[in-house]
Amino acid sequence: MRASLFITCYNDTLYPETGRAVVRLLERLGVEVDFHPQQTCCGQMHANTGFRGEAFSQAKRFVRLYQETETVVIPSSSCVAMMRDQYPGLFEELGNEELRRQFAALLPRVYELSEFLIDRLGVEDVGAYFPHRVTYHASCHGVRALHLGERPYRLLAKVRGLALATLENVDRCCGFGGTFSVKNAEVSSAMLAVKLQDVIATGAEYCTALDNSCLMHLGGAMHRQYAGMKTIHLAEILASTEDAPAEATL
Amino acid sequence: MNYSHAELDPRKAHPFPKAVLPVLRNPQLRKNVAHAIDVIQTKRARLVAEKDDWQELRTAASAIRAHALENLGAYLEQFEERCTAAGGTVHWAADADEARRIILDLLRQEKASEVIKIKTMTSTEIQLNPFLEANGVSAFETDLAEIILQLGGEEPSHIVVPALHVNRSQVREIFARRMGLKNLSDDPKELTNAARTYLRQKFLAIPTAISGANFLIAETGSVAVVESEGNGRMCLTLPRTMITLAGIEKVLPRFQDLEVMLQLLARSATGERMNPYTSLWTGVTAGDGPQSFHVVLLDNERSSILAKAKQRQTLKCIRCAACMNACPVYRQTGGHAYGSVYPGPIGAILTPQLMQMKFAQSLPYASSLCGACYEVCPVKINIPDVLLELRAQVVNQERGRAARYFDPMYVGLRIANLLFSSARLFHAAQRLGRIGLGLFTRKDGWIHSLPSIGAKWTQTRDLRGLPDESFHEWWAKRGPQPDKEAK
Repeated sequence: MRASLFITCYNDTLYPETGRAVVRLLERLGVEVDFHPQQTCCGQMHANTGFRGEAFSQAKRFVRLYQETETVVIPSSSCVAMMRDQYPGLFEELGNEELRRQFAALLPRVYELSEFLIDRLGVEDVGAYFPHRVTYHASCHGVRALHLGERPYRLLAKVRGLALATLENVDRCCGFGGTFSVKNAEVSSAMLAVKLQDVIATGAEYCTALDNSCLMHLGGAMHRQYAGMKTIHLAEILASTEDAPAEATL
Repeated sequence: MNYSHAELDPRKAHPFPKAVLPVLRNPQLRKNVAHAIDVIQTKRARLVAEKDDWQELRTAASAIRAHALENLGAYLEQFEERCTAAGGTVHWAADADEARRIILDLLRQEKASEVIKIKTMTSTEIQLNPFLEANGVSAFETDLAEIILQLGGEEPSHIVVPALHVNRSQVREIFARRMGLKNLSDDPKELTNAARTYLRQKFLAIPTAISGANFLIAETGSVAVVESEGNGRMCLTLPRTMITLAGIEKVLPRFQDLEVMLQLLARSATGERMNPYTSLWTGVTAGDGPQSFHVVLLDNERSSILAKAKQRQTLKCIRCAACMNACPVYRQTGGHAYGSVYPGPIGAILTPQLMQMKFAQSLPYASSLCGACYEVCPVKINIPDVLLELRAQVVNQERGRAARYFDPMYVGLRIANLLFSSARLFHAAQRLGRIGLGLFTRKDGWIHSLPSIGAKWTQTRDLRGLPDESFHEWWAKRGPQPDKEAK
């Protein structure tokens, strides 16, 4: 089995450890991992801020780069949601029938990480060891766009040493919302404050998710507030073993 | 005491990010809003869970509303014909001004100097009460929440529970002051009794009423109003004259369609299996209820929304407010910050469109795009999709303005687009960013303060400094599958 990693622009820039963890995890599971060096961004930030023409050029770039690829794995549910929910409309709106068809053929081979593990590889127990108390933040795009449902919990349940703490109001937005966090910084912060109360109340050491964007938001506030809690992408937990524990990060 | 100084005219209101500031610092208001919403949401969730066919009901309702809108002209004409045949009179109003004048003319024909009202957001949309007041007609609200707002000099902050931002001790204060009841307590029963006494006098003395409509039924020419308090039923029983103001989108093709709509509406709106009062009337009936009946059909930009394929679904709305109850933004801000009669997610898409995209351009951005609104919408309006469409329109407006070059967000996104067009440029920008952000990165490896637009982030959040090596740099060094062990 071969899989090409689409790391996403912000993971490449800000969270390379997540990418390294995906590589380590997938290779441990026997997947041949590839990485296209020409990749940049899926276009979500532009599309969600109203820059549709710009988003289109990035969507086009993605399809051109990956149309021959066997399987694409993306460790970010909001970027996958961008593709599934917005690409078809973008291609249709801009009247590019050829791209629309190429993308329709590619889309079934595009997976969010937990989908790839459970739906494509058929594994729940990835042999991970992470001896910590962890709570899972179900990001909006994971819950309502990708309908990931129980997948992340099934993966977490099989991690040895891990104690899962239940998060109240689990499907409530953390307030990130991409450029929303800056354009409406105060409302975003108010939403974050409410979310953080629930997260901290779990008593967990780590808050995990399938989107580093939400985790950047939550983690940024935890750091500011000396909350004594950290964020970690689910890929890093799943990649962690007794012999090779998760990379230490700031 | 005025609890908030709400400006609900989008032409005058502050942009959303500015309008929220006093609200976010108001603990009483935020507590009132969050509490009220959590109560409704909990009830709703329980009642939705007990319906095995909830998703099928949503699908059916969506199809009914879409079909009605696609054939709106024909159904409106059918409604007019059947309503007229039953003794009603149908008036057509192209805009708010025309609707107000039609209603005032009707009231003058009746020689009415006072009128009682069933709760109608559409009348607030056209600012009917101040207009009537200026023309010598006193309008009295009969819905309990509307009475609270009217006596307190407040504006609605929600479309189903318009006084949701006011708690009972505040209600007590308003009633005590305006009704002259010095010894009134904040016991809900006592407050309700005070309102009841106040209302009885109005019901018995004023023979002219104004209502909105939850639905217009084309097949029978009927009007439907659902409510909880019975004030609507009183207004439909005692007065001589009833004037109904309804947006043209409110039409349902068949009487039978109510079966689907009423199951969804009460559960979505108030978390009840059925609302206490559902009133249906068709024209006039001799010896029963108002003997003079008028319907004012209001367009007010609805036709132009209907003409736009991607935005048309906005008009499917049945005003249940489930979207605002589910919205994590609304939960923090309440309704007034939207600067619109229609707040929350539906307001964020409807209001700018009612304003021809000339005002309220900040509202499509008043959402984190979390999708909770779409998930609960009983008629499946894809609100996030419409928000994105409207954002694109706002950006397209901006593209033509010279001032765009002073907007760091605009400039930043245009530059980002250029960078994303080539991996070489993108990687160069990452290296440059590492140097630039390095200047702001403290010894602990975190950024605590950024200038310009970055300050919007760091005002409440830190940002981890950029790592020394990006993922693609790591990959380039490592190469694919080094020393891969057979597995």
